[in-house]
Amino acid sequence: MSVAACPGCVTAGPTAERLAHDIALPTHELILPRIHCLACINAVEQALHSVPDIESARVNLSRKRVSILARNPAADPTPWIEHLSALGYEAHEARQTQGNTKMQGLVLRLGISGFAMMNVMLLSVAVWSGATDATRDLFHWISAAIALPATLFCAEPFFSNAWSAIKARRLNMDVPIALAIFLACMVSVYETMHSGAHAYFDAALSLTFFLLAGRTLDAWMRSNARSAAADLAALEPRRVITLVEGQQQSRAIDDIAVGTEIHLTAGMRVPLDALLLSERTEIDRSALTGESETSIVLQGAHLTAGEIVVCGPISARTTVPSSQSTLRRMVELASIAEAARGRYSSLADRAAQLYAPVIHGLSLVGGMVWFFLTGDVHKAVMVAIATLIITCPCALGLAVPAVATVATNRIFRLGALVKSDTALERLATVTTIAFDKTGTLTQSALIVPANFSIEECQVLKALAMASQHPLSQSLLPALADVTAAAVSGLKEYRGQGIWGRWNGQDVRLGSGAWVGAEASTVFQFGKTIHPLSRTEHLIPGAKDTIRQLQDQGYDVHLVSGDKQASAAAMARDLNIAKVHAEMTPEAKQTFVADIQAKGEHLLMVGDGLNDTLALTQAWASIAPGSALEASQNAADIVLLDGDLAKIPETLRLAKSARRRILENFALAASYNAVAIPIALSGFASPLFAALAMSLSSITVTLNALRVR
Amino acid sequence: MNVLVVLVPISLFLGLGALGAFVWTLKAGQYDDLEGDAARALFRDDDKSN
Repeated sequence: MSVAACPGCVTAGPTAERLAHDIALPTHELILPRIHCLACINAVEQALHSVPDIESARVNLSRKRVSILARNPAADPTPWIEHLSALGYEAHEARQTQGNTKMQGLVLRLGISGFAMMNVMLLSVAVWSGATDATRDLFHWISAAIALPATLFCAEPFFSNAWSAIKARRLNMDVPIALAIFLACMVSVYETMHSGAHAYFDAALSLTFFLLAGRTLDAWMRSNARSAAADLAALEPRRVITLVEGQQQSRAIDDIAVGTEIHLTAGMRVPLDALLLSERTEIDRSALTGESETSIVLQGAHLTAGEIVVCGPISARTTVPSSQSTLRRMVELASIAEAARGRYSSLADRAAQLYAPVIHGLSLVGGMVWFFLTGDVHKAVMVAIATLIITCPCALGLAVPAVATVATNRIFRLGALVKSDTALERLATVTTIAFDKTGTLTQSALIVPANFSIEECQVLKALAMASQHPLSQSLLPALADVTAAAVSGLKEYRGQGIWGRWNGQDVRLGSGAWVGAEASTVFQFGKTIHPLSRTEHLIPGAKDTIRQLQDQGYDVHLVSGDKQASAAAMARDLNIAKVHAEMTPEAKQTFVADIQAKGEHLLMVGDGLNDTLALTQAWASIAPGSALEASQNAADIVLLDGDLAKIPETLRLAKSARRRILENFALAASYNAVAIPIALSGFASPLFAALAMSLSSITVTLNALRVR
Repeated sequence: MNVLVVLVPISLFLGLGALGAFVWTLKAGQYDDLEGDAARALFRDDDKSN
């Protein structure tokens, strides 16, 4: 069993463990969006192996996941996730462990057709270099014995696709492919039975092989993008804590009836539209309105799904079932807009529509001309079939998937996820870019007043470090040079603030209401209370990104739901001349539609629920990974972390990919320009056909690697 | 031409052997994480003897 024989490397232990891992199916899967190297693999695996409940853990770097085999299959992975996040690795539970049986099936077919192709080609070379009579027939029969079962099995995806297309009275790319493979096999069997000179078994197999290579790349790319997109969507909590006779119960969001009392702690998103039962709270409406200031609401107020509770815990009574919540309504509006956008017809589709009728027409005409000129039915049929086989869209089938795979992969390594098949092609032709402000270009932060003494700063840092609340975390960069004071008895009151003792005095950082002050956030140092004002500051790198995009000739707009003054101030900082403030979600959508009506291709970058409609309406769209599920669903590309610097790079790669796709079409066309006359004039030998097809497919694939 | 009777079966047999090996690697999941395996080649297996 031990294949690796290097004595220093392999001991019995890991091999046995590896074997056990292969046999037992993993019980849990965690998504690790940020892992990228060997050190990450090591750290994560070692951390998980140190947990006693875990039998084994193995990281898959390509899929950014770790499969875990736990001793108790029903174990709760939350402590492991916390353990990993303490080490600095963000982790989320995957909804289900996913198999990739479709991929495996394609790779298996690819391998078998490759094996069969090479063996049959060897025999063909022998025939071509002079085998005659009985030897040639023998070789043809052996080729048939390999090729017929192999094509039957390997080309099955093409046959079944073509069959369902014909049943629906449509023509797709698979119809000419299936026809060419089928005819190549049939005519070869006929020739072999009649001791003919030409058998096209090798051509049938190399067609199958190269087309399967294209399909495999395509499937691999899509499954990667889809699974990762589904994982991001899973970040949104799907469970709600309800209060039944004072007892907290966790329930699925779809099971919550109207009038249920729900319990929300600080930082949670309101899952369903509800009436506030608690006396008062503070909520963050930025997801819906783009407004960056939080607002105070009192008992009986309406809470809208999607808002974030800043100050909690609170209880509320739901007013709608989950299917009618504001969040869901927005998602539905977005899907209507998406349907209206219409399917962008990809370059490959357009090429295919042009291709099939031209080729079928050509081979029919070619066969008929030969029949009328020579009266030889056999020769005429052979010419028609040779034309069909030689022009079979091998290179065309690889041209787009190969480029898309390379480009998607490079973008994924940058840390962005391409969700839509046609996103790259659309991104490549973008002319105008509109940014949302709140959450996309800016984030909210507390300011450390300039007049604070060193001691005050030290205490403030100690308090801020004790909480994971985004606002207290936002204080830390400004206090980077300060050593935290040894504040004793630190205690976090959820939704209110942090309390501690320093030199016999009370120190607190928290909401104004908690301390008894007017301001929304305050820092209490002994008897003095300092209000902390809030600012919106630019996400690091935002300025550079905007300048880069402007330098590259994109027309950049700022579109915000926020007030005119703050939007304009931010735009001045960023050097954006075109500012559109106080925009409702519908106004943003109209804005996008208006720009596109002028023939511009607009890229929308936004994260909030209020951007969802605009994201869907736009020619192409990007959402940061922190965005709401609805926005991520609407976007073509999701930036896994909020780093905007990836946008210019992604656009550049998309342009490069489009160039390569067009080049590949040109290559495929020039190959056909040479091959079709040869086939029509009756000079094409089967070996020539197989070699020419292989050569063009390889050229196209190599050209795809030039995407960078 | 009698040599063909020996050589052709041998070549087919070797080819089938390679195909069998390929199917085995596929079933053993050796293509599941190409990037990770490339990275793992850089570290010694006996480091994680747990």
